[in-house]
Amino acid sequence: MTLLAVAREAYEAALPALVVSLVGGLLAGLVLGGMQAELRAVPGLLVLVPALLATRGNVYGSLGARLSTGLHQGLVEPRVDLGNRRLRGAMAAALANGLLASVVAAVAVFLILTALGDDVAPVATLVAISLVTGLLSGVALTAVVVVVVFAGYRRGRDPDTLVGPVVTTTGDVFGLAFLLLAVRLVLAAGGGA
Amino acid sequence: MLPVLLVLTMVEVGSGLVLGAFEADLYRYPTLLVLVPVTIGTAGNLGSVLASRLSTAFHLGTLSFSPTDEMLAGNAVATVALAGTLFPAVGAGAWALRSLLGGARLAVGTVVWISLASGVTLAVLAVAVTLVATYGAYRYGLDPDDVVIPVVTNTCDVLGVVVLLAVVELTL
Repeated sequence: MTLLAVAREAYEAALPALVVSLVGGLLAGLVLGGMQAELRAVPGLLVLVPALLATRGNVYGSLGARLSTGLHQGLVEPRVDLGNRRLRGAMAAALANGLLASVVAAVAVFLILTALGDDVAPVATLVAISLVTGLLSGVALTAVVVVVVFAGYRRGRDPDTLVGPVVTTTGDVFGLAFLLLAVRLVLAAGGGA
Repeated sequence: MLPVLLVLTMVEVGSGLVLGAFEADLYRYPTLLVLVPVTIGTAGNLGSVLASRLSTAFHLGTLSFSPTDEMLAGNAVATVALAGTLFPAVGAGAWALRSLLGGARLAVGTVVWISLASGVTLAVLAVAVTLVATYGAYRYGLDPDDVVIPVVTNTCDVLGVVVLLAVVELTL
């Protein structure tokens, strides 16, 4: 193939999924842009945002990849059966990893900002917000990943090409929407700075 | 999986610290806040698409690490072309959404320019990072599928924040 043929093929193959996740990213940005009051009320929250969003991709992207490998190898059946140990194990491991990474990020942000002498909310507030966000978006993303991978597989689509865009798009939107909800819940419960 | 996850989480905390350093600018121009997740996400996606294509080509044996390799150069050109197409739309979309809510203080041209300039810079950096990571995986006998995509996606996340804010500083 010539250089231009390769470039054209690569461009056309990637564009649709990128456009879909671009729309998701803009919606996520709209939520972030609209939560300035919450960001100001909890100093350090903005610093936490990239880590919370990336955890979604790192953890649930890998859940999707594991499920699709399991499907290809015939170890996982393409239906939602919570009695299946392999499926349950993969889901529980993803949720546990996601929660742990969220808590580690919250504690790290608190320690670093304290060491830098910056204004930062109490560590309990940041950890509580991280945990609630991690739990809500983890449950939602697990459901989305499992359903999309299985439904895609049953319709003859390669789940490997579905997982990436689905996780980035829904992860950004769910991640920020649940972050907003978590901040409001934690502030209402009296964990404010 | 867990140690890698924790390292990647700390890398993302680093990108959060950069974001935090520009808090005042982001609050003054809320349109920039809208741009943050979509710029990070699109940069990471461009890198991960390129990485997974190169790693498939690598497994199929159709990739050689030479500047004259068509597979390599063609995919690199496509990545920059995708950025040139997508990022003006990102900028226009962020401006339009923010204007609907009110409180857009930046002109549409400024936002489109910030988005396009950061996007094309990011695409070039994403190509460089992906090539280095894929070549490194190949040299050390690691499966590029396991290593390259997380490294590239998270590096592009961090670069996304740094480049976006650098362009903002130069423009405003």
